[in-house]
Order: sequence, then C-alpha cells, then structure tokens
Amino acid sequence: MERLNVNPTRMMLTTLKRRLATARRGHKLMKDKRDQLMKGFLELARENKRLREEVEKELAKVYESFSVASAVMSQEVLEEALMFPKQGVELEVSGKNVMSVDVPVFDYKTTASDSADIYPYGFASTSGELDAAIYGLSGVLPLMLDLAAKEKEAAMLAAELEKTRRRVNALEYVKIPQLEMTIKYIVMKLDENERGNQTRLMKVKDMILKEAIEEKRERDEEAYGA
Amino acid sequence: MYKIGVIGDRESILGFKAVGIEVFPCDSHEEAEKVLKKIAEEGFAIIYVTEQLYKDMLQQVAEYRDSRLPAVIPIPSKDGSLGIGMEGVKKSVERAVGADILFGGE
Repeated sequence: MERLNVNPTRMMLTTLKRRLATARRGHKLMKDKRDQLMKGFLELARENKRLREEVEKELAKVYESFSVASAVMSQEVLEEALMFPKQGVELEVSGKNVMSVDVPVFDYKTTASDSADIYPYGFASTSGELDAAIYGLSGVLPLMLDLAAKEKEAAMLAAELEKTRRRVNALEYVKIPQLEMTIKYIVMKLDENERGNQTRLMKVKDMILKEAIEEKRERDEEAYGA
Repeated sequence: MYKIGVIGDRESILGFKAVGIEVFPCDSHEEAEKVLKKIAEEGFAIIYVTEQLYKDMLQQVAEYRDSRLPAVIPIPSKDGSLGIGMEGVKKSVERAVGADILFGGE
C-alpha cells in the first residue's frame, strides 16, 4: 500500500488524523447501511422470484385458453369482442424511501363497475375459452402489478447495494490503510527530527560548556601568573 | 394518474386489452424499441414486454433500469417462457451481492 505523498509536518498530521476519523465513521455507517440493505434485498429477491414463477405459470394458462379461443373464433370477431374494454386500471405512483433509495410504490384500482362483469362482449358470438382467458387474466393482473413493483424495487436496491458495497470496500481496504500508513510515516519522521534536535542541543551544550571551562582555566592561570 | 402498457406480438397481448391495459402490437424489436421510447415518455409507469422482443432490446431496457419510472418488466409470450425474466432476478442478486446466492442450486 502506497502512502500519500505529503509533507511530514505537524499540521498535515492533524489534518490526516481528522480525515482518518471521518473515514472510520463513514466506513461504519456505510457498513451498517450495506447490511441493512442486504437484509431487505434478499427478502425482496426471494419474494420476487416466487412472484415471477407464479405469474409465468398463470400467464401460460391464460395463453393456453386464449389460443384455443382464437382458434375457434375468427380474428375479426375476437378483436371486435375486445375492442372496448369494460375494465380499466387506475394506477397511482407514490414513493417510499428505503435506505435513501427512492423506490416507486404502485397503487392501483380497477374501475370495473362490477367485478363479476368484466367481459366486454356479449356471449352470443364468442367462445367459452375467451371467457376463461379473460377471467384468468383479471386474476393475474394484481400479481403482475405486484411483480412490477417488486422487480423495480429489487433492481434499484441492487444498484444502491452495489454502490455501497464498493464504497465500503474502498474505505476498508484502500483509504483507511493508506491514511494509517501516512500518519505512521509522519509520526516517525517527526520523532526522528525530534531526536536529531535533541542530540544537536546536547552537542551544542557540550561545546559551550567546554568553551566556558577553557576560558575559566585561562583566567585562573593569568591570576596565578600575576 | 399513470398508465400501464404491454408490448408484444398481437396474438399474445390482445387479451390484456380486456383488463384495461393498453396494448401495442409489434412484430419486430426495432418497432418495439420505437414504441417503448414513445410510451416511456407518455406517462406509462409499467410497461410489460414479451420476452421474445425483450431479448433483442436489452440495451434500450437498460436505460430505464436505474431510473424510477417506468418499470419495464419482461413477461412470457404465448410461445412460453424463455427464462429471461428469471435471469433478470438472478442478475440483480448477482449485482447486489457479488455472487449468486439464491439460485445457486438450479
């Protein structure tokens, strides 16, 4: 791990120490966020999988009766029968905040006046299979809307989770070791300077002392001589 | 007030009309891409696309994946499921966790 290229000064040391504290706190927060997201996400993904399996199974059934219906009825009659739907779906989108990810929430209500009367055609010219297909379809619809919401939420959480995971790893394995290393380097350098200074002072003190003694001796000799 | 749409081959999606979903029959994925682009801007919150078309327009769908709306969701068509939808769920798990831990046994 490379240390940062900085001047080993006391000021830099203070700055780096502060940065390390921030990085540590950020790392802890990110880690908590990641764990929380992961918990929610795994549950969601399982639910997502289950829903999708169910929707695919149900839709296969619908298609089956629908293809029978289109086989026994002519294309024109089929299209005419479905031309003016009785049922509408009103979809409202609101948002909810999951770990600072703004995920959409779908609220829907069907606008059929009578839930038993969803067939937009008379029964005279259509086949029974079409009824079955439409009935099945209106049954799958809530599941499909649920699936859409879950799948969207899962995709968005996955993106957020990926980002958070990267950040946690970058802090843990790059940023924090780098800062620690640089701080250690600066501390060592400063200590080294301090020791250098100490010896220099001691040396200077010795020299001054020596000089003083020398001077004193000279003066004493002068006094004896006189 | 948002709308729901479905894009696919005529045979598969006609029935959706009866339950109040708007249908957009498309025969080729080029056509489907144009339609998707158009209706994504028109306030459709959920757009279902049959897997047969979905598999050729992944690039365009990816544009909508990280945005809030619309949700583009693959569904099987009358010819059966290609497993693309499941693949998507699996992908998002892989993306989030870094490894596939839910579907490992399959």
